[in-house]
Amino acid sequence: MTTFMEIKPTTSQGDSKSNAVVRGARAVEPLIFEKSVAGQRAVDLPPLDVPHADLPEELLGDGINLPEIGQHDLMTHYTHLSDRNFSVDGNFYPLGSCTMKHNPRINEWAAALPGLASLHPLQDDTQIQGALRLLYETRCFLEEISGLDEVCLQPAAGAHGEYTALKIIRAYFKDNGQPQRNIVLAPDNAHGTNPASCSMCGCSVNMVKSISGYTDLDDLRRQIDKHGAENIAAFMITNPNTAGLFDSKIAEAADIIHDAGAKLYLDGANMNAILGKTRPADFGADLMHFNTHKTFSTPHGCGGPGAGPIAVRKEFAPYLPIPQVIMADDGSFSLDRDRQKSIGKVRSFTCQFGVLVRCWTYISACGPEGLRNVAEKAVLNANYLAAKLRDVYEMPYFDPENGRFCAHEFVTVPEKLLAKGVTLNDIAKRMIDYDVHPPTMHWPVHDCLMIEPTETESKPTLDRFVSVMLNIAKQINEDASSLADAPTDATIRRADEVAAARKPMLIWE
Amino acid sequence: MPNPKECRFAETHEWLSIDEDVVTLGLTKYAVNELTDITYIEMKEPKSTVLPGESVGEVESVKTTSDVYSPIGGELLEVNDAVVADPSLLNSDPYGAGWLVRIRTTDPSPLDALMDRETYEIKYPE
Repeated sequence: MTTFMEIKPTTSQGDSKSNAVVRGARAVEPLIFEKSVAGQRAVDLPPLDVPHADLPEELLGDGINLPEIGQHDLMTHYTHLSDRNFSVDGNFYPLGSCTMKHNPRINEWAAALPGLASLHPLQDDTQIQGALRLLYETRCFLEEISGLDEVCLQPAAGAHGEYTALKIIRAYFKDNGQPQRNIVLAPDNAHGTNPASCSMCGCSVNMVKSISGYTDLDDLRRQIDKHGAENIAAFMITNPNTAGLFDSKIAEAADIIHDAGAKLYLDGANMNAILGKTRPADFGADLMHFNTHKTFSTPHGCGGPGAGPIAVRKEFAPYLPIPQVIMADDGSFSLDRDRQKSIGKVRSFTCQFGVLVRCWTYISACGPEGLRNVAEKAVLNANYLAAKLRDVYEMPYFDPENGRFCAHEFVTVPEKLLAKGVTLNDIAKRMIDYDVHPPTMHWPVHDCLMIEPTETESKPTLDRFVSVMLNIAKQINEDASSLADAPTDATIRRADEVAAARKPMLIWE
Repeated sequence: MPNPKECRFAETHEWLSIDEDVVTLGLTKYAVNELTDITYIEMKEPKSTVLPGESVGEVESVKTTSDVYSPIGGELLEVNDAVVADPSLLNSDPYGAGWLVRIRTTDPSPLDALMDRETYEIKYPE
């Protein structure tokens, strides 16, 4: 049954909600199964031009319950759903740690070029020289940006890059007579993927304390002593870290870990803050991964497809996954499958090619100056917001008077506002009414918002966000209880998250 | 059910109650309030070895996932299957039906260094 569009009135708190849009106003969109009408079809199959053959009886089963729907109804269904999408293309999305920046459309243009989009992964190397050159150049770009010796493009996501690099570290130590090195150290504000990747590689993870957002080097030394230097495989660190701080003692941490005979792994999640400013190799990293969706503007696609290239020092090159794209002396390109010590393949074929085309396009379009500009604007935008908001939203790590600026993101623990009787959730939900995506919450510290504006937001957008946050603070100071029903303008208000987590309904019946 | 008055309290918000060599461990009311609604609980398997200061499992809420640490070492005797099946028990009765694990310890001495109830409650008022 059709649901008519419902136009919502402006809410009673309609202070500065000047450009609030009723987004996805269709209150209910039936499931595609509910729209199914027996006999409808979205595709016309071409006439059969091969001999008819019946499927064997034992393979037929009872049939499967697929929706039957016409082509236009199918289109309207998904368009209605996409209307309700909250996206980078439509809204400010300051989700800390995730780098929800604009994806320039030139990336899509390049990826759609028939010469790149129509390739088949089983084509012979001689037929895909252009594609191989693009991959080789991407390798070179990332080698130059990281300062490390060799890049592998194969991993399909950042966490997959972590996993691949840890497998390589394990293979390296095994090959060098130190198979017992299976303990990985990570700061207590590490991304959750870090310990997960370690466990997947048969390593145990031990936390290193941080003080005021920075790694506590004394605790790093203590952890090494506690577990025995000869058992440590690596220290995994994100720099700038998840508290939005560039750890300027990173080189000292690298020395400590190298003295223990272990390796420094850099989680490159926050590379957009340091592009062209410093190179991970210069501050002691031995291996790292890139998140192309964060740093090089490839799409954040609902968990995929992604790309998480890794960069390593020379000593790890023999263990990189195969095939590796290489250039011969005559300038021709090929896929090298001949590495005796390779850990093997970590995904099918060569890499996530379509994503890497976008990555190559972005780096080429920016050029070295453009990439430096990315880092400068990412840091400038975050510091601008932090400076504008700090009087109302307390920031434990932001203290510019004492030389403590933030990098590309910052953390606020709004204690004064919370003391008025609102929850952090109330503040976040109210942001939705202003068409702002709520920031990351409760991580890396309790009761915090982690805000990352990214380099692609303009000053008017940043200024509007400041007004939004100050308005919310004003509303809390006037009547904290009035936030309890936020968001008032969203199609879905407060979902029952507890019931959804405890008793998830995962299939349609 | 342990008497909270006789429990020892860890800085990482676990309570422990000892009966001869068996220690019952759970999360404090303060911790549970901070976590909000608990949605999932996963503890180590019975018979596994517990090392002092190490994690014995995880508690997940709509807000976050937290490790549960045991200040004492020993053998994990029993997991509270009821609370694993119905995590809301941890919210409604953290000092009773919401207990998490029982551990047989050979060295209860780390308990001495923990807080008593009064000290804990002054430091972390509910």
